[in-house]
Amino acid sequence: MSATLVQTLADSAVITKRNLIKVKRVPDLIVFATLSPIMFVLLFRYVFGGAINLPPDINYAEFLLPGIFAQTVVFGSTVTGASIAEDLQKGLIDRFRSLPMSRSSVLVGRTVADLGLNAISIVVMAITGLIVGWRINSSFGEAVGGFLILLVFAFSISWLMAMVGLLVRTPEVVNNASFIVIFPLTFVANTFVPLETFPSVLRTFAEWNPVSAVVQAARELFGNTSEIVPVPDVWSLQNPVLYTLLWTAIFLAAFVPLAVRAYQRTASR
Amino acid sequence: MTDAIVVEGLVKRFGTTTALAGVDLTVTEGSVLGLLGPNGAGKTTVVRILTTLLAADAGRAEVLGLDVARDADAVRASIGLTGQYAAVDEYLTGFENLEMVGRLYRLPRREARSRARELLERFDLTDAADRPAKTYSGGMRRRLDIAASLIARPRVLFLDEPTTGLDPRSRLGMWEFIADLADGGTTILLTTQYLEEADRLADRMVVIDHGRVIARGTGDELKEQVGGRRLELTLARAADLGPVAERLRSLALDEPHLDEQTRKLSLPVSGGVDVISEAVRRLDGNGFEVLDLGLRRPDLDDVFLTLTGHAAEEARAGGETAQPEPATTGGALR
Ligand SMILES: Nc1ncnc2c1ncn2[C@@H]1O[C@H](COP(=O)(O)OP(=O)(O)OP(=O)(O)O)[C@@H](O)[C@H]1O
Ligand SMILES: [Mg+2]
Repeated sequence: MSATLVQTLADSAVITKRNLIKVKRVPDLIVFATLSPIMFVLLFRYVFGGAINLPPDINYAEFLLPGIFAQTVVFGSTVTGASIAEDLQKGLIDRFRSLPMSRSSVLVGRTVADLGLNAISIVVMAITGLIVGWRINSSFGEAVGGFLILLVFAFSISWLMAMVGLLVRTPEVVNNASFIVIFPLTFVANTFVPLETFPSVLRTFAEWNPVSAVVQAARELFGNTSEIVPVPDVWSLQNPVLYTLLWTAIFLAAFVPLAVRAYQRTASR
Repeated sequence: MTDAIVVEGLVKRFGTTTALAGVDLTVTEGSVLGLLGPNGAGKTTVVRILTTLLAADAGRAEVLGLDVARDADAVRASIGLTGQYAAVDEYLTGFENLEMVGRLYRLPRREARSRARELLERFDLTDAADRPAKTYSGGMRRRLDIAASLIARPRVLFLDEPTTGLDPRSRLGMWEFIADLADGGTTILLTTQYLEEADRLADRMVVIDHGRVIARGTGDELKEQVGGRRLELTLARAADLGPVAERLRSLALDEPHLDEQTRKLSLPVSGGVDVISEAVRRLDGNGFEVLDLGLRRPDLDDVFLTLTGHAAEEARAGGETAQPEPATTGGALR
């Protein structure tokens, strides 16, 4: 490994540690990372589950859980944007930028810490899921792959959110702005309902929506697919793992350099 | 002696605002420069450019012979910055804040920790070392922020209004500390709104306004320019201001300044208590009711009013409107 890479990793580790200390000291973050996914699981399993027009005989829990996983980690990655904006507002980004540390470490440390937060959420949700009847019907390796693909996809969204945070600069506005994008992405998808229930225009969007692909990939990897809910005959959903990884790669290739550049040029005022 | 900081023709615009309109300054290695100016003068902008946070639109800025734009990384390794607003992580303890910054300066872990403890001690924060900085008072945050900028023993230190918001006792402590650092050979660029502070700490001062240098020199040189002391009177009746000013006019070095609102009269004078007794003699027995009378050393306001006033006049007289430093600043000044 080159010296610069070692230093980038060392600096990123320092920043990650700093961000995780905050998680430890601000109980709200833990509550958000654990309680709200539990609430989601229970809400969709017992409240909306009955109202959503699903084919009879379907195993609700197995259909819904991968969707809830995906929605939660995507929402979880929006934390990145608000946190970066908060650091900017409090002058910490100025402090960091005046130090001889590597240029990408503040963002790497941030996105990695948020990945950790998402990992905690997903474990809590999985346990809750198992309690309400969700089951993994695949091999251990596939199940691990299912968790990883959810996390890796959310990680790439974190980088997009990092750039949004650097450009928008006000935590509250970052939150509102990201909801405008994230809500349609997670709801106009196969997250909670089978795609055939959508009208045609929305349906095309939902079929090519990367969130649908993540959900479908997770369903396949956890063995939660069912004959009762046929997968639409589009390439994105027939090859969900590949399609998801493609989007992940595109997000990372675009937003890692863009966010690092925005970071170098930003200033607290 | 070599210059640790060299700034030449620095220009910075924000949209239509010209924050810096061609600033030149140098700071000799191991000395303290006080950068003075009112709100919006451009002090912070100079500091931000020198600390690599902001790119200048024109001009040259070097720290220890390194160009701040081209060699930003090398510059960052040898400077410390305490910005105008404390930049500490509220969720970390004081110790963790310092350790983190030390590690990011690439100090080995043990050294980062021992330096952190040393600085917490020096800044009277040992008792609060293991409390999150969220629980700190404004003054404590400020001290922690300054400690953070010192962790790697920088050769050049930038302090942007380091004592704003400190109580008088903490301010004195901070002054003592900055003086110690300067004695230890650290080059310091310090911005402030207080002439007294610059007077105490700085070897030389540069006064800027509207992004231009309007004066530079030692504290004494600057004060000489504003006409030494002022005689200040507060009267009971505003109507007396004119007649009183008339009687005292010949004592004044410059036009008396009258303020109807506060019923105050201020005259630049030379000399000491003899001026007071002379003033009292002239006013005595004329029925003027004087509430307060005293000699006051000029403060930044006076320096400012005088300097900006003169600058405008000179520029008109000489027709050199583009000249950042009018000739008035000559004589006493470099
Ligand atoms: N990011 C920015 N965007 C727009 N204008 C700015 C920005 N930063 C500074 N300015 C403007 O540039 C000028 C100089 O600002 P600067 O902060 O350098 O002044 P200052 O001397 O530090 O003032 P103060 O004593 O209030 O801290 C001001 O008119 C300010 O409004
Ligand atoms: Mg300022």
